[in-house]
Amino acid sequence: MTATTYGWLVLLFPLLGMLIIAFGFRSLSARPSNLAAGWIGTAAIFLAFLAALGALISLQDHAPAHRQLTSSLWDYAKTMGIDAQLQILVDPLSVFMILIVTGVSTLIHLYSISYMEEDRGFARYFSYLNFFVFSMLLLVLAGNFLLLIVGWAFVGAASYLLISFWYRRTTATRAGIKAFVINVVGDAGLVLGTYFIFKHTGTLDFLKTFHAAPHVFHKGEADIVAGCVLLLVGAFAKSAQIPLHTWLPDAMEGPTPVSALIHAATMVTAGVYLIARMHVLFELAPAAQDVGAAIGAATLLIAGTIALTQTDIKRVIAYSTMSQIGYMIMGVSVGAYAAGLFHLMTHAFFKALLFMAAGSIIGAMAGEQSLDRMGGFRKALPFTFACFVIGGLALSGIPPFSGFFSKDEILLVTAELGGWHWALYVIGYIGAFLTAIYTFRMIFRAFYGQPVAEARELEGGHLHHAEVPTNPANGEVEDTGVGFPGPHHTIAERALPMKVAMSVLALGSIGAGLLQIPKVDFVIDDFLAPTFADSSLYDTHTKSGLLAFGLILGTIVGLAGIGVAYRIWVKQPSLAVVARERFRVIYTLFVNKWYFDELIGLVVVRPAAAMGRFAMGTFEQVFVQDTLIGGTTGIVRAGSAAVRAVQSGFLRYYAALLVLGVAGVGFYFLLQT
Amino acid sequence: MSIAWYLAVSAIVFSLGVVGVITRRNPLVVLLSLELMLNGANLALVAFSRMWGNGDGQILALIVMTVAACEVCIGLGMIVAIHRRRLPIDVDELRELQG
Amino acid sequence: MSALLFFIAGFGAIAGAVGVVVLRDPFFSVLALVGHLISLAILFLLLRAEFVAAVQVVVYAGAVMVLYVFVVAYVGDQSESLQARLRGAGPNGLGGHGSIGSDLRLGGAILGGALLVELLIALLGTGLGAISSKGAGYNPGRVGTESFGTAAYIGNLLLTRFLLAFEAASFLLLIAAVGAVVLARRRGGLGEEDERDVLTPLDLLRPQGTGTMAEGVGGPRR
Repeated sequence: MTATTYGWLVLLFPLLGMLIIAFGFRSLSARPSNLAAGWIGTAAIFLAFLAALGALISLQDHAPAHRQLTSSLWDYAKTMGIDAQLQILVDPLSVFMILIVTGVSTLIHLYSISYMEEDRGFARYFSYLNFFVFSMLLLVLAGNFLLLIVGWAFVGAASYLLISFWYRRTTATRAGIKAFVINVVGDAGLVLGTYFIFKHTGTLDFLKTFHAAPHVFHKGEADIVAGCVLLLVGAFAKSAQIPLHTWLPDAMEGPTPVSALIHAATMVTAGVYLIARMHVLFELAPAAQDVGAAIGAATLLIAGTIALTQTDIKRVIAYSTMSQIGYMIMGVSVGAYAAGLFHLMTHAFFKALLFMAAGSIIGAMAGEQSLDRMGGFRKALPFTFACFVIGGLALSGIPPFSGFFSKDEILLVTAELGGWHWALYVIGYIGAFLTAIYTFRMIFRAFYGQPVAEARELEGGHLHHAEVPTNPANGEVEDTGVGFPGPHHTIAERALPMKVAMSVLALGSIGAGLLQIPKVDFVIDDFLAPTFADSSLYDTHTKSGLLAFGLILGTIVGLAGIGVAYRIWVKQPSLAVVARERFRVIYTLFVNKWYFDELIGLVVVRPAAAMGRFAMGTFEQVFVQDTLIGGTTGIVRAGSAAVRAVQSGFLRYYAALLVLGVAGVGFYFLLQT
Repeated sequence: MSIAWYLAVSAIVFSLGVVGVITRRNPLVVLLSLELMLNGANLALVAFSRMWGNGDGQILALIVMTVAACEVCIGLGMIVAIHRRRLPIDVDELRELQG
Repeated sequence: MSALLFFIAGFGAIAGAVGVVVLRDPFFSVLALVGHLISLAILFLLLRAEFVAAVQVVVYAGAVMVLYVFVVAYVGDQSESLQARLRGAGPNGLGGHGSIGSDLRLGGAILGGALLVELLIALLGTGLGAISSKGAGYNPGRVGTESFGTAAYIGNLLLTRFLLAFEAASFLLLIAAVGAVVLARRRGGLGEEDERDVLTPLDLLRPQGTGTMAEGVGGPRR
């Protein structure tokens, strides 16, 4: 089978999984303990993963120069200069992405089988999750702008469905709407960007666009810069970069596996993928590249500072995601494509692992997510603790864990470029320092110190259950019916599927770095080379001295951060309180997330709401309802009332009308003669 | 006398009948005015028959008379029925046939 | 001679017509119509339509008007005072809604007048040239051996050329007779009096006025 056939299979399996679960919904959710939907969903994605492997293998059969294969199922339109087809592009970049997506998704599906057990929406969950995987694969495999936009939109829709999965929680539905609205802003940017590019190239097909672009656009021309900046808007919305990032922390309202999949490993990486895919266009618009790099760096830093102050464990990890995506965006914007994508891969592993481990400890706390209430779980949750540590070390960039190799390569490339990019280099290391601090702050707070009541209960062998289920965000009392989380909480130590999934990811976090050890092996570089053959920035070889310096600096920074966190949160917790008081203003800024929500509320939401009120109150009510509709109906009513008077029932009136008619006709004929 | 005179009389009688139908409120008188109109038409028919010299007009006049007789039958029967139901004998009051 | 007779009969016809329309007592209206019918019969005679004239007197004035008299007598005296009538009041002295009554009195007169004028223009306009002429002679055509206007003449026509009309007219008479009997029947016949008070369960469920045109117009009787 050819690589493209495998590509279509990769798309087919999750779609089938979704349809089967969706249509069999009634029978699958008849009993809450029925796990069939979970296994069907997992099997579907696993089959997709196998097909992705098949695509990888059969792609490598081709010579490197011929590894960009397209396959079209259907022509939508071939008129007026638009060539819209149902077309996929199988090349190293897309195969890379689908492997990551299907691989991590399989593990997360497996994890979810245990995590979502006895939730009344079990089947619905897996149907949505399969739909999400299908959409993400469509986005990544798209061979033209049309399917990219379709996949992009579907992913946003799937994200909405999954964030507001527990739909009877108002916090969840609000978060879902927030995510969707911000994503739509990104969609608009993406479509407009596409238009700007299409205007000159006249084609929607990726390969044709990339071949035509250097001939059609001059470097730095206004249209291409505008198009790329708009594409960046789309990327920022999807990847939660400033200023379109406010939806990501709220998106933690969704179930933890959803956070792991969508908001760590796959959806938020769509922006990185977009920039990498469009590298030809971005290299023609250096201004856009600079914008991307700057925003990436800013996000990196800001998200890091916010994560230092958050108390909800999932939000800490969410801001960490935002920060790491900042690294990736920065990387692909300056031309470190392989490094950025490599970091995408390693980040998928350790971030998903961290989320899964967070799900485990949240289960031990019976749904409670605040770090303030957690402590001393080391003895009670040994496996979870180990996973947290592995993920944390990878995240902090400690060798030999995978995060170390990927992160430093990005920073090396920025240093290579020189000029103002040195600022990015510095910010990158400051960010790494902060990363280590907040990551281990989280770990130390949750696992060290005096065991809390739940931990002691668990050491005694009994998993804590909340008597009254409450919403961890606002404390509202809820029940365990449809639309709310189920009554069942579990921890990784007790659930085999969770253990298996987390173990695989832990191994990945530890070992994935081996794929691209600097100066030793270039697996990722070589694999992705055919895609980036037309890039002028791809093959930057790093100077040896800077390389060594960077690696050592990264290690030092990471260890220093862990040390600081240890000092404060293990040895002397009061230091944290003192620091909070000393730096009250800064602390307030960080803990309020730099007031972005309030700023957006003021600048965007309030005017929009006012416009909506005006539109509804004045325009709709007065103009359309009263004047247009009311006027039309009023005229008709008046007319019919007038005509109705003819049917009065008075015999004499009728007779008079008759005679009038006769007289009229006679008069007419008299005039004729 | 030329036919024109007869036709003039016929026109006057007819118009008087029209005025009666429209103006009077008693259904009996309305029916009588209707008879007037029919008679006016009859007169015109017979006059024309005389003018052309064949009998078609007279035959038609006879038929009209028959029809008038039938109509009077039914009309008066209705008035009798209305009277028996104690409803007012007034065309302005009897206006339920409306929409 | 004939001209004199014409004027007398014509005047009588018009006077009778005016009487029908103007007189307040319906009984007097009936009598006026009888007079009108007799005058019309004379006019028919002048027009050499002997049979039609005879039928007019015998059938129309003799039978139909007698029927009218009977009904007027049965229905009773419905006359009203002059002031009420001027107000446009009805035969019972009721009503007098200025809008409809007075409007139509004036409107009716105007309409009738307009119609008269038109008819006269139509008739006389073409016959102007013939006003002074004598018209057709006294020996119009014959049918077979019968003279114009005689009973035999009419009978011949009825049974040959106008047979269908003749039969249809007789059929119509039959229908009218049956209809009149049905209309004026006493209670206990078709039971129409009782039917009115029978409610079906469906009527109880439906709100009043449902399914009538009044509902379509917008609510109960306005």
